[in-house]
Amino acid sequence: MVKFLISIAGRFIVLSLALMGIWLLLSGYFDKTTLLVFGIFSALFCAWLTLHMGILDDDSVPLSVMPGIFFYWLWLFIEIGKSNFTVAMKVWSPKMSLSPQMIRVKARQVSDSGKATFANSITLTPGTVSVDLLGEDILIHALTEDLADVGAIEDMGRKVCRVEGTRHEKAQGKAEQGGGT
Amino acid sequence: MIMFVVATIAVIVAIVIALARAILGPSLYDRVLAGNAVGTKTILLLGLMGFLTGRPEFLDIALLYALMNFIATIAILKFFAYRTMSPQMRDMSPRLGNGNHDGGADG
Amino acid sequence: MDNVIHYASLFLFAAGSFFVITGALGLLRFPDFYTRMHASGVTDTLGADLILWGMILQADGDWLLIAKLLIIMLFLMFTSPVSTHSIAHAAWVGGLNPLLGKELKHHDIAPDRDETKAPVEMPGGEEQNKGGAA
Repeated sequence: MVKFLISIAGRFIVLSLALMGIWLLLSGYFDKTTLLVFGIFSALFCAWLTLHMGILDDDSVPLSVMPGIFFYWLWLFIEIGKSNFTVAMKVWSPKMSLSPQMIRVKARQVSDSGKATFANSITLTPGTVSVDLLGEDILIHALTEDLADVGAIEDMGRKVCRVEGTRHEKAQGKAEQGGGT
Repeated sequence: MIMFVVATIAVIVAIVIALARAILGPSLYDRVLAGNAVGTKTILLLGLMGFLTGRPEFLDIALLYALMNFIATIAILKFFAYRTMSPQMRDMSPRLGNGNHDGGADG
Repeated sequence: MDNVIHYASLFLFAAGSFFVITGALGLLRFPDFYTRMHASGVTDTLGADLILWGMILQADGDWLLIAKLLIIMLFLMFTSPVSTHSIAHAAWVGGLNPLLGKELKHHDIAPDRDETKAPVEMPGGEEQNKGGAA
């Protein structure tokens, strides 16, 4: 089942179904035959365009990060809530005691989308913004010394690696399967 | 209903404050950042107006505005980086970086 | 049950309004561009999310509305860090220097504008190279 899902045909079917679902949700019409036919047609057409452009891979249909990424998002939401309070307190305090810092953190993710997820998570957490990505280093601007906590940020990076790691094993499994047949 | 009114007023006040930052500057990037913040708040305002007037169709417009706000920010940054929208035209324009695009003097 | 939903959404709207105002005020109060970015992040994440969750509770179980609100929330989650990062990156390669340290001193550490790597790393750099080759 999993092997079928990460094949090209599996990805095509999943992408088409997802696009049809989005069409149904955004239009809200379930009984107008013409609209449904047009919806199915355009979903299939978009999936075919993706296939034709050769971008129907794990970046456009990220199936293999699927179970892990939701737990990561849940954890990320809690982190965002916590650091929001810190920044809000800085805004409302009468004498703003800021001490902005520039720090560098290693991004050890393998794929580009993993690196992008890590950098976006840093930016999404208020108080830290990723300013530049040079090879393996992410340059971060932090609002205070407390927020410029390299350990905590690297912990976030490890979590991204773990989500990506499951994905990496599955990609290898796919390669072996392709070699065997 | 009263909570929608309160939230709408809060969002409008926030938009006015962000507009003050957009006018005060001082650098170009402050203005772009303030514009982006106004866009985010406009999405919220559109949703709230939809609930306030009992016409949730406004949410579709809010969704579109979210798309447009993102693309507009990227387009403005690209324009100020290259001083032109089309990369081909750039070869005809003077050397990149002649413009005083780090702000301060503009405005 | 209705009362619980009513008070929960009242709380969410109040907290969301507070954070939206906080973000805007920070945008006005903070000393330089790089610190203002963080303030704008407060509005983009917690302020917007709390107000959208309040609207979800007020949607009366109309699941089409709930789906649209969730899509807006997901979209904000994906686009707001990208636009914040691209503004910050443009300012950084554009040579805007940050204020650092407790005394908020001006540090001359941003890369020089005339450095050749600056234009290449801007968004849309690939297209530009393609245009140059054509």
